[in-house]
Amino acid sequence: MRYLPLSADDRAEMLRAIGAPSVEDLFVDVPEAVRAGAVFDLPDHQGEIAIERAFTAHAMKNLSPGCAPSFLGAGAYRHHGPAAVDALVQRGEFLTSYTPYQPEISQGTLQALFEFQTQVCMLTGMEVANASMYDGATACAEAALMAARVTRRKSVLVSGSVHPHYAEVTETQLRFTDVACERLAPDPVGVEDLIGRVGPDLACVIVQTPSVFGRLSDYSALAAACHAAGALLVVAVAEPVSLGALMPPGEMGADIVVVDGSSLGMPLSFGGPGVGLFATREKYLRNMPGRLVGQTVDVDGRRGWVLTLSTREQHIRREKATSNICTNSGLCALAFSIHVAMLGEAGFAKLAAVNHATAVKLAQGVATVPGVKVTTPAFFNEFAAMLPKPAAEVVEALAARGILGGVPAARLFPSYPELDNLLLLAATETNTEQDIDALVAALAEVLR
Amino acid sequence: MNDLPIPASAAPGTVTGNRGLTVEEPLIFEQGSAGNSGVDLPEPFDVPSRLGGLARKGPIGLPGLSEPQVVRHYTRLSQKNYSIDAGFYPLGSCTMKYNPRLNEKVARTPGLGDLHPMQPVSTVQGALAVVHALAGWLTELTGMAGVAMSPAAGAHGELCGVMAIRAAQEAKGDARKVILVPESAHGTNPATAALCGYAVVGIPADAEGRVDIAALAARLGPDVAGLMLTNPNTCGLFEREVREIADLVHRAGAFFYMDGANFNAIVGRVKIADLGVDAMHINLHKTFSTPHGGGGPGAGPTVLSEALAKFAPLPFVRKTGDGYELVETAAEAGPERSPFGRMKGFHGQFGVMIRALAYAMALGKDGLRQASGDAVLNANYLLARLKDTLTAPFPGPCMHEALFDDGFLKDTGVTTLDFAKALIDEGFHPMTMYFPLVVHGALLMEPTETESKQTLDLFADTVLALAAKAKAGEAEFFHAAPRLTPRRRLDETLAARKPVLRWVP
Repeated sequence: MRYLPLSADDRAEMLRAIGAPSVEDLFVDVPEAVRAGAVFDLPDHQGEIAIERAFTAHAMKNLSPGCAPSFLGAGAYRHHGPAAVDALVQRGEFLTSYTPYQPEISQGTLQALFEFQTQVCMLTGMEVANASMYDGATACAEAALMAARVTRRKSVLVSGSVHPHYAEVTETQLRFTDVACERLAPDPVGVEDLIGRVGPDLACVIVQTPSVFGRLSDYSALAAACHAAGALLVVAVAEPVSLGALMPPGEMGADIVVVDGSSLGMPLSFGGPGVGLFATREKYLRNMPGRLVGQTVDVDGRRGWVLTLSTREQHIRREKATSNICTNSGLCALAFSIHVAMLGEAGFAKLAAVNHATAVKLAQGVATVPGVKVTTPAFFNEFAAMLPKPAAEVVEALAARGILGGVPAARLFPSYPELDNLLLLAATETNTEQDIDALVAALAEVLR
Repeated sequence: MNDLPIPASAAPGTVTGNRGLTVEEPLIFEQGSAGNSGVDLPEPFDVPSRLGGLARKGPIGLPGLSEPQVVRHYTRLSQKNYSIDAGFYPLGSCTMKYNPRLNEKVARTPGLGDLHPMQPVSTVQGALAVVHALAGWLTELTGMAGVAMSPAAGAHGELCGVMAIRAAQEAKGDARKVILVPESAHGTNPATAALCGYAVVGIPADAEGRVDIAALAARLGPDVAGLMLTNPNTCGLFEREVREIADLVHRAGAFFYMDGANFNAIVGRVKIADLGVDAMHINLHKTFSTPHGGGGPGAGPTVLSEALAKFAPLPFVRKTGDGYELVETAAEAGPERSPFGRMKGFHGQFGVMIRALAYAMALGKDGLRQASGDAVLNANYLLARLKDTLTAPFPGPCMHEALFDDGFLKDTGVTTLDFAKALIDEGFHPMTMYFPLVVHGALLMEPTETESKQTLDLFADTVLALAAKAKAGEAEFFHAAPRLTPRRRLDETLAARKPVLRWVP
């Protein structure tokens, strides 16, 4: 058993020191019938060769986006991860450390998270950011709870621009609290009137930009309306690369910004693990959920970092905590942060520019296919296209041709048949002109 | 034990402030040159912008670094971290076991690690098979009827279990108001119950560190929705009367949530269904060896009894005749299921699940049983080696962790914190301190099964020598510790009083 260092002799010697006849005797407090009855229909241990073979076999049953022109988005975006990022996050000192409770021997993780918090503030245009949440959807739910705490109000409005997973997680999180959650219908073209719904009982409005349909919106007027009514504006961002090209939510007047950071630094990994970014205004600091790293000095006066303001947290405040979160997504936050550091100012701006231009090129291409209409006027790297037949069928037909040709809106909104023909298409720096040509040709064929 | 003179200040007296391998490293924002980047990207297509007038106007503010500068920065930062790869990490209740490198390798298999969550289900059959296979291991190891795979961490799994309880109580037409939580519980338990709209009522421990059953029986009643009980508990003890506890809870019409944080002590030896449990989360980043990563990501799949399984959240994987389907909506779930909602974007912590499955396969049922046996043996060995010098509040045998209080430090002027900091200078990560709250100045040591006897002996020898030093009146030595770390004790009061949470130019 390659992971277990004790030998039979060690075990015997240790049992002698303990004064127990056998290991089984150490389990004396477990009811004997329970121990005796535990029979497991499971295989015995296996070596590396067999395990690698098993996972390779699983992988062969999948169509890897690395082997197919891929235009999938809908909240997860395939970017190229620089080789150095994965090499660095695999350093055992980062990979195999715990939450930095002992700051003297955790300065590496703490400094990296302090830098992460700073990057998140810069990207979102906000004043303070925490050390990460599980993902964008759970961060969105935490934002709703925080808005209710800050405003002491009991209702939350979720715009039809928001990814349904974010909306559903928020709804679920609020389901058993005294905060009501109203969700508006999906809004692919931007017709909903949010300002008209802002009232004196509302804790917050939650919007997303780019929207789940790729639409871009300026929420400055909504922010002003929220503030006039004493409510908060929560802006969700599912594609952090967009922040390199677009006006940041902080400039629009957002009070809380939540971002799913998983498209930078880490592999898509079928949607998890990812990382949630959470940023807000300094005045709301003490109502924030999650871990915070702060700067301080040691007894010799040297600059260092610690976990701070933990009196908000469950291990101190128990049932009065701002959140129940404990383990968050530290390594993914680190990966995100290293990728952003690799890009730097110039690289981040260029990455965003390449993404946008590739999506524009894609939109131009698919618009040439008879019967296809791009319905998103302004977008970043994802847009919606109306097809002459159900998008789910088209996507299956494209997959059969080895192309991952977008996400049918119906998969996200199955109870809205009017969206059945709508297809979400995304492009990133990983897409080539040949990819686009292949999709356009296949789409024309499938729709013929 | 420390005959070498050690200066009161660890300031190294070098020109750079560096000390050999320990190198000072500025913030990344204090480095680089404008315009530099560590990434070479393709040129954008020459097309008109379609940003609709919403283009960013100002700079982000990021520094520009080349690839080697970035690699050096993070390598130096990494060298300021303690890790399980580098040393003994007996952090009680955290199960800091070795994280096999095979897990990392298979998680990066092309066709698994790079899958997009919204690919057509026909193109991800292998991924769904992985989720289904791990679900099979977890339900067989626990004997439970079902498992919710999407929770992202232990506390998230608790939330899943308590939401299932609330949904089940509501389905019976009576949500009830109260969740009972023993005083020794992790803080996440009461925080989770509160998030589900429950009032939290504490149950005291008895003189032996276990739940006071009389107090529990007295508090159970028609307002109680459930009990959250960590077992083995946070004192490192198995709740001997767990089946009686389960019966009492069920008879009151309540559900039994068992916090699975300490499942590593009993995995492969006990089917928790046989204990009368209705829900339990499993920290894959503890029992199933996936790396803690400096604070996540984890995963907290939650096994559920027959009574709760139908309330499991969306999405879930279902075996069909010749493949798997991914059930993402209540309509697809069918009339026999009543999912209480959705807990996470997409389908859960797939990358963590791959690692956990690789671990389960590597150990198998024989290895898991051996692992829990060795974990318990290691903890009892530490208890045996230390109990005559340190003070153990409860008699053994313990399970996978050994608990001491600070009685042995009485009148020495040395606190549990001071003692822990002295262990850092000796090259060990300290034990968990001041938790559980039910004993004074707690020191909770969880060695795990991946430590050798030699490591345990060196640790025990060190603890005993330090205890002797404390008793010999050398309090100053402890107050000044640690001395040999990249930073010495940090001013946490200053950090909280004047929060500096980001770099500012």
